[in-house]
Formats: sequence, C-alpha cells, structure tokens
Amino acid sequence: MSYTKLNMTNEEYSEYVKEKEKTSPIVKDCLIAFLVGGLICIIGQLIFDIFEKQYGFSFKNASTYTTISLIFIGALLTALRVYSKIGDKAGAGSIIPITGFSNSIVSSAIEHKTEGVVMGIGANMFKVAGPVLVYGVCSSMIIGFIYWLIKLF
Amino acid sequence: MDVLMIYLRVFFTGGIICLIGQILIDKTKLTPARILVVFVVTGAILTSIGIYQHIIDFGKAGASVPISGFGYALAKGVITEVDKHGFLGIFTGGLVATAAGVAAAIFFGYFAALFSKPHIK
Repeated sequence: MSYTKLNMTNEEYSEYVKEKEKTSPIVKDCLIAFLVGGLICIIGQLIFDIFEKQYGFSFKNASTYTTISLIFIGALLTALRVYSKIGDKAGAGSIIPITGFSNSIVSSAIEHKTEGVVMGIGANMFKVAGPVLVYGVCSSMIIGFIYWLIKLF
Repeated sequence: MDVLMIYLRVFFTGGIICLIGQILIDKTKLTPARILVVFVVTGAILTSIGIYQHIIDFGKAGASVPISGFGYALAKGVITEVDKHGFLGIFTGGLVATAAGVAAAIFFGYFAALFSKPHIK
C-alpha cells in the first residue's frame, strides 16, 4: 500500500495498520527470547554449580546465593546501561528471568531519580516489581490458607 | 548424569518459559509488569498442585531463574511453614522463603540507582 496516501478512509487506515502489525516478526522475537532466556538460565546454573560444588554450600543455600548473584548482576548491568540494550532485542528473554526483576527495579528508580532519593528512587523503584510482590505474596497466602484448611480435616 | 545433558535441559526449560512470555507479549500486548505478575501467580499455582516441582526437577535453574521460580519459592515456602508452624505459617511462609531475594533486590536496586546517572536520551 502506498505510504503517501493521506486521504484514507477509516477502514482503509485500520487495514493499513493491520498490515503493518502483521509484519512484526513474531518468530524472530520468540527465537531471540528463547535463546537469551535459556542463556541467562545457564548462567544461573553455572553460578549454582560453583556455589554447590566448589564452595560446598547446601542445595538450599547455593540456590539462594544464585538468586542473590543474579539480582546483583541484573542491577549492575542496568546501572551500566547494558541491560536495556539486551532488553531491546531480547524482549521476554530478558524480562522473565530474575535479572529482569532487578532490572525493572533499577530502571524505574533511575527514571525518577531527579525527583530525589526518597520520593524519586524510594517511591518509584517498586513501580513494576511491587505488583509482582503484591500478587506473589497474596497468592502464596491464599495457597497457604487452603493447604492449612485441607490439613485440618 | 552427564553435565552437558543437565545444561541442555536448563537451556531448554528456561528458553521455553521465556518463549511463552514472548508469545504473550506479542499476541496480547500485556505490559512487562503484567507479564511478570502472570508468571509469578502461575508459578505459585502450578507449585501448589505439584506440577512446578517436576519442571524444577527436570530443568533446574531453567525453571528457578525465571520469575515463575519466584512463585515456586513463595508457594513451596508457605507449605513448608504451615507444616512447621500451622496457621502462622500462612503469614510467614512466602516471605521467609524469598527474604534473601527480596532484600537483595531492594538493597542492590537502591544502590545501583543511586550511583547511576539519570537517564538522558
């Protein structure tokens, strides 16, 4: 369709938009998300193996240290402006892993940094991660309550 | 088991979970915040009915590193704590199990933002 056509009807325009939408490369998006997500998980497994096998931590402690390490890496890479560059291409591949969780905290905080350390950073860092905690904790409590009820009988 | 095989499983599991997220983003136009919420809640529900544990056993970090693994930790924690402390466990379980991650996210997140220059485009 010609891009110089300005006197489009509403129907023509919505068709034009649809046409443009279709060209969004979903297969390519998915492949990159798969590769990047898989790679971040491999890094997680590597960190876990190092903590468990090299340093002899218990399974539980090694997994906790792995989570802490990934959160640290995610925060650091966001502050260094590297993570957003990965994220532009990787989409869900960089959002879904736990590094994306810490990326969301740091990037929302940086965005509002000019408003000060309390009302800027402090109030905005959980703009995206906050809902995750709210829904996560609430669903865990509902699950706990149901489990507690089942155990009563 | 062969180490390479384990790492292949990790890669495959983590990749598939992120792929599902990408399909959700492309097809439903959910914002990242909503995607994360969906994955946490799904992870918690799948854990409570015993499915996510199988995914963890198969994919290890491939299932625990994605944010659905956070839901897994919350749900598993609450079940463990209810076993130990009864009713009180409903309140303590989720956050006890994920305390280190949440504290790390707050602490590292705050200082990373503090020492980084505001975004100028």
